[in-house]
Amino acid sequence: MKTKREMADLGLVCIGGSQGGFEALEKLLPQLPADYPCAVVVLLHQYRHGAGNLPELLSTRTAMPVKAVHDRDPVIPGHLFVAPANYHLLLERHHAFALNTDAPVQYARPSIDVLFESAAHVYGPRTTGVLLSGASIDGASGLKQIKAVGGLVACQHPDTASGKVMPQAGIDTTTVDKVGSPQELGQWLKQLHP
Amino acid sequence: MNPAEVEDIEVRLFLEAIHRRYGYDLRDYAPASIRRRVLLALAKSGHAHLGQLQHEVLTCPPFFAHLLEDLTVRVSEMFRDPSFYRAFRTQVVPVLRTYPLLKIWHTGCATGEEVYGTAIVLTEEGLYERAQIYATDLSPQALAQAKEGTYSSEVVKTFTENYQRGGGTGNFAAYYTEAYGGVAMNEALRRNVSFFQHNLVSDHAFGEMHVIFCRNVLIYFGNDLRERVLNTLSQSLCAGGFLCLGASERLGRLGESLAFSDFISEERIYRHEN
Repeated sequence: MKTKREMADLGLVCIGGSQGGFEALEKLLPQLPADYPCAVVVLLHQYRHGAGNLPELLSTRTAMPVKAVHDRDPVIPGHLFVAPANYHLLLERHHAFALNTDAPVQYARPSIDVLFESAAHVYGPRTTGVLLSGASIDGASGLKQIKAVGGLVACQHPDTASGKVMPQAGIDTTTVDKVGSPQELGQWLKQLHP
Repeated sequence: MNPAEVEDIEVRLFLEAIHRRYGYDLRDYAPASIRRRVLLALAKSGHAHLGQLQHEVLTCPPFFAHLLEDLTVRVSEMFRDPSFYRAFRTQVVPVLRTYPLLKIWHTGCATGEEVYGTAIVLTEEGLYERAQIYATDLSPQALAQAKEGTYSSEVVKTFTENYQRGGGTGNFAAYYTEAYGGVAMNEALRRNVSFFQHNLVSDHAFGEMHVIFCRNVLIYFGNDLRERVLNTLSQSLCAGGFLCLGASERLGRLGESLAFSDFISEERIYRHEN
């Protein structure tokens, strides 16, 4: 059993995407082994009512255990967490998720910027942010904040994305540690925590 | 100590200052969300840091009144989570029909969207005449807006779609009139609604409710405060009363200790056993 301190030290991987993001995840997630040690948070912009089955869909693409996030759920290493529709998703210092219904950011709720900024604040240099395909600039500012606290950031190569705006905005906004196809990003995440 | 930890201290001191000066206690709000609200208010104020903002808050009550709105206002929509309203109509309403009088409390009703939603459901189910709806919020400004019941044309599109998905049996457009580039909800919908100021954090229970709507309110509270408020809510329900939470909220272990049972667990509708 790991101590709370050790659990926290593993850090947090946050992956955001919008249009085309699900297709990218279908290629990225299979690269992560069943015993991937970090907590991974997936946030996709989704229809306000639809996509309630996103956790089920994603669980067919990953060997990691998948959980839909509810208010106050603990952040457990080795699990893949899926942001619920129509809430912003944030992190608390005591390794728990927080939700709110504040106004949309960049027309989005959940907003990738809100998640990334909150993760950067709590996990600091142990935050990893990945921005996938999407047609909005949500996430770029959050990526910059992760970088500012010494975390690692990556973007899907726009040539491999059906929504090029989002990953390109990330690349234009900050110095990105890795740009690659979804498979390459998956491999990159894997070797960060061998 | 890293800059993030220093910022946490600044936010805590800021909330402490508000409490000491004005009595509003935001210290036990969920840290992640209140921090974000405080930082947005700081950006809006144009001040360079929280120390400056704190000085203006302490010395200028009108400024604080506006800031309090920004820190506490709840954003909602009519018939948010349509599947909840379908379940409410098909499974809660039949129970409510068995009561001669209905007392319904909307806590944290903000600008009233969900109150009008409930009024529409009760109207269509033939229960409105026997219902008394209490709509409360911390914010006088939000309550004034709720009483007025006017909403922008843009959000009405969402409300209409939600209404239809949520099992609405009529024509949503019949519940409002066009007014000043927006819409005004029909007067008849608030005939049995009492709006008044109530602070869930510090005020007492008030009693014998058949239904309490507290949807996406508790998510803003820290663990201890949430437990305290749930205690107040459970004391405000009659035996067999319903508590409705938001789609991604769960009572968890508190449900048992406060004598709640799952009524429709996937829609977060709980029943008080008392």
